[in-house]
Amino acid sequence: MNKLRTGAFHTGMILLSLLWLGPVLWVVLMSTRSFDDIAAHGVGSLPRSFTLDTYRQAWTDGGELRALINSTLVTVPSVVLSLGLSAMAAFALSRFRIPGRRTILLLMLAGNLLPPQILLIPVAKFSELTGLYDTLWALIAVQVGFGLGFYTFVLHGFMRDLPGEIQEAATIDGAGTAQIFTRVILPLTRPALAALGALSFTWIFNDLLWAITVLRTDDNMPVTPALLALQGQFVSSWNVIAAGTVIAAVPTVAVFLRFQRHFVSGLALGAVK
Amino acid sequence: MTATISTTSVTPTRRRRRSARLSPLLVAFVLVPFAVESVWVFWPALQGFWFSLTSWDGMSPPAYVGADNYVELAGDATFRGALVNTVIWLVLFGGLSVLGGFGMALILQKERRGVGFYRAALFTPVVFSLVVTALVWRVFYQPDGVADTLLRAVGLEQLIRPWLADPQTALYAVILPALWRQIGYVMVLFLAGLKAIDPALHEAARMDGANSWQRLRHVTIPQLRGINAVVLSIIVIDSLRSFDIVWSLTRGGPYHSSELLSTYMYSTAFQSLRLGYASAIAVVIFVLALAVILGYLVRAFREEA
Repeated sequence: MNKLRTGAFHTGMILLSLLWLGPVLWVVLMSTRSFDDIAAHGVGSLPRSFTLDTYRQAWTDGGELRALINSTLVTVPSVVLSLGLSAMAAFALSRFRIPGRRTILLLMLAGNLLPPQILLIPVAKFSELTGLYDTLWALIAVQVGFGLGFYTFVLHGFMRDLPGEIQEAATIDGAGTAQIFTRVILPLTRPALAALGALSFTWIFNDLLWAITVLRTDDNMPVTPALLALQGQFVSSWNVIAAGTVIAAVPTVAVFLRFQRHFVSGLALGAVK
Repeated sequence: MTATISTTSVTPTRRRRRSARLSPLLVAFVLVPFAVESVWVFWPALQGFWFSLTSWDGMSPPAYVGADNYVELAGDATFRGALVNTVIWLVLFGGLSVLGGFGMALILQKERRGVGFYRAALFTPVVFSLVVTALVWRVFYQPDGVADTLLRAVGLEQLIRPWLADPQTALYAVILPALWRQIGYVMVLFLAGLKAIDPALHEAARMDGANSWQRLRHVTIPQLRGINAVVLSIIVIDSLRSFDIVWSLTRGGPYHSSELLSTYMYSTAFQSLRLGYASAIAVVIFVLALAVILGYLVRAFREEA
């Protein structure tokens, strides 16, 4: 009876896992098929050819190289800046008796819970007004501004639970506020920072809505909108589109594999606190 | 989620902290991030409400028209369709991802052989962007794609149709990939919540003769109340925000059959350039999100009282 149950469990879960991984494997396989193969046998058939030329086409002709550079130029500074700024805010709000600190924290979190749709038009107009429109700076600024609330909230929860004695000891040793922040609290907050870093990297890297709101020129587009444009450019070249899709997924998959533990705990961080 | 802020503090500490609180550095630590968020979030949000009361093409200055946009919305069939679709989306996408995620978390919570792999498999799509997800599924829905090939293989040719181009199926054909990606995410949240439950509670219930269903009903679910609030907020906000997947797969078409409030808002704003009208749609999205979340919180508080 027990063996039967274990067997049923594994059979069911293997089928389910296939349902989840199958589409991904299919796209990877399709990216290595030749155009003629797909034209002759359809996208639903098994591969009968092998080529990597699709990747070259997506990479250079499809402009994915340019798009990946743009994505990196946006994502890295956005992650560093937003985590840096929210760590500062969380530090001050959690370790010192700032008047109205709870209201400030909740207000910042509420800002992050707003549906972005209400911000799109004003943000687009504001970036035009300041001359940032259609530059990567605009996207960085938006990503930092929009992420701050949540990161501050999570880091605050984490810093709040650090023992007060460490800070007292540092104060007695003559450390100033800045030193306590950089030498004592930040190092202790590293697990949370790693988790949020991995998470925000994928969020910002995967974003579509903000990119197409504050950017216009194709040359400025990060990977996600560029991938959509690739579809228009290679209308029925499903193998090239598949290759472009694989390329666009690689950076976030790499970050995920490298920071898997942090990534998963990051998803749960805001939830369990 | 209510948090007591004060750390354990004895009197001398408190005095020291109070003397430190006026340091300009600390004020800057709070004010700089707050100012950044104000410029890119708070101020635009207020402007959004104001724009919803104007008629504006983006070039000439916005003209105040009072509630005209909202009156027009009430008679706009596309808007009504998008509203209905958004509710369907909320119920199907939201409901099924919670049920699926919770179910998978229950099944996979116990550490046993293979569980790590299964969790990772369900979780994989969370890493992809919704645009990548959309393209993956596009292959499925293509004429002669994987879905059609499978249907033909089992002799159900008569069901074959242009899944994304048929107004009857477009919305559901978009929900499926969205679910595929969301279930793993919700599962992780619930797994974290389940792990936080004290096993002694289950032990005690078992001693009292509770079967597994009773334990689920009376121990697990009540213990998850905190996580439920978080999951609900995430689901509501994600549903109302949902844009990428629809935009990448159908752009709300054909004939607005898969239009959500978010896609309608976007195309009204940046393609039709009716910025005031689009702002009114954005306000509706905001009010809906607020209503559902507040409604839930009020109920949760009442239960606690």
